[in-house]
Amino acid sequence: MTDSDIRKVVEEELNNIAPEADLASVDPEADLREAIDIDSMDFLNFITAIHHRLGINIPELDYPKLITLKGADAYIAAHLGSGKA
Amino acid sequence: MVDFRMPSLGADMEAGTLVEWLVKPGDQVKRGDVVAVVETQKGAIEIETFQAGQIEQFLVGLNSKVPVGTPLARIRTEGEEAKPAAAAPPPPVAPAIERAPLAPAPPPPVAPPPRAPAALPGARASPAARKLAEERGIDLSAMAGSGPQGAITFADVERRLGEAVAAPEKRRGGLDLAAMRLAIAAAMARSKREIPHYYLAHQVEVTACEQWLAEKNAALPPDNRLLLGALAIKAVGLAARRFPAFNGFYRDNRFEPAPAVHVGVAVAIRGGGLAAPALHDADRLSLDELMSGMRDLVQRTRAGRIRGSEMSDPTITVSSLGERGVEALYGIIYPPQVAIVGFGKATMRPWVVDGAIGPRSVVTITLSGDHRATDGHAGALFLAEIGKLLQEPDKL
Repeated sequence: MTDSDIRKVVEEELNNIAPEADLASVDPEADLREAIDIDSMDFLNFITAIHHRLGINIPELDYPKLITLKGADAYIAAHLGSGKA
Repeated sequence: MVDFRMPSLGADMEAGTLVEWLVKPGDQVKRGDVVAVVETQKGAIEIETFQAGQIEQFLVGLNSKVPVGTPLARIRTEGEEAKPAAAAPPPPVAPAIERAPLAPAPPPPVAPPPRAPAALPGARASPAARKLAEERGIDLSAMAGSGPQGAITFADVERRLGEAVAAPEKRRGGLDLAAMRLAIAAAMARSKREIPHYYLAHQVEVTACEQWLAEKNAALPPDNRLLLGALAIKAVGLAARRFPAFNGFYRDNRFEPAPAVHVGVAVAIRGGGLAAPALHDADRLSLDELMSGMRDLVQRTRAGRIRGSEMSDPTITVSSLGERGVEALYGIIYPPQVAIVGFGKATMRPWVVDGAIGPRSVVTITLSGDHRATDGHAGALFLAEIGKLLQEPDKL
């Protein structure tokens, strides 16, 4: 999976939660909770979707690392396929 | 024979539009089955039947807007004989408005007066059209025909069947936020006009909850993880059971305690909307059941798929602005309920524990109570009980 594939998955799943959000215009380092107005249930749904789609089981302790677009991309890239390595 | 009527889904509802039947004449239904979809200001609501039996006949055509209380269908209850085939003409569709006994007329949120479907027992129709309509439960009296002298043709009925399938697709998920705003305005204005609110606040340490959640969630996949909000709703449900004066409805100048605890969960809708559908029997659900029920309820509410009973059943409401919100919120009671509990965000505070100051996570819990039903003294005990319950999350 390339970096742009990862970004595509992240954007799709966030858009499932916040359909009106224009993620292309969101600062990659902005806190997503404020940038696109998502609450704790929305964020849990995002984490759940990533688990279902990419098989990455993100522990609660790591949530803060995924709170920006840039952070989410980096975290997923680092953990994708880690089970196979 | 009983009538299945347009239900009242809240004090502010006067009329609804039937947009979809999920059953057909001849189907057996049992209590609690979803039988129709009705469009209201709060979106498309799935309506359940409270009578078991066999669907005998539809009385209202699709996309008809009718007042609350209008019979929508006939249900033949157990043991009743089937009606002879040559049935009487369709019953007059007299809009029998049956409003909640007390409900002192709320301000009319729906401007246009509900129009009763044209009842034309002798609608002209071809025999083939009649046969098809009968088989598929289509009400000819609510249709316009394209045949000679306005007669309804087989093709007209077929077209109508096609619409019946297509219409829900267009409507689903199409929340009308402007209409919802009017409904909120009507209910909240009525609340502020009629309910003498009193307000209490209580700071509660939730460190124990957070630690317990962190430990529990660490071993669970995201699907099964719990949020603090689930503990909050369970604690309110249990406290409401122990303090029944906060759980029920104020009607006809008196308070009626409710036999069950159905917690209304305030759900913010993207783009500016709000609904507080019921999480049924929140006091009896395990935390896991409550959490999955809450996820499902929030998801359906935001998609505009709430059930009728969820709209009309809440006995007390919980509102929480989540972790990004403010420290305290004072809710407005949703009539005819008598209490709303507000949860602010958890914040780190210097807190005295065992004579020493330490950092602790603290939530401000508020109660807006109806002074016609309870006093501040009882309210304080009720809030304190919620706080106590949250100190032992493993027992929730």
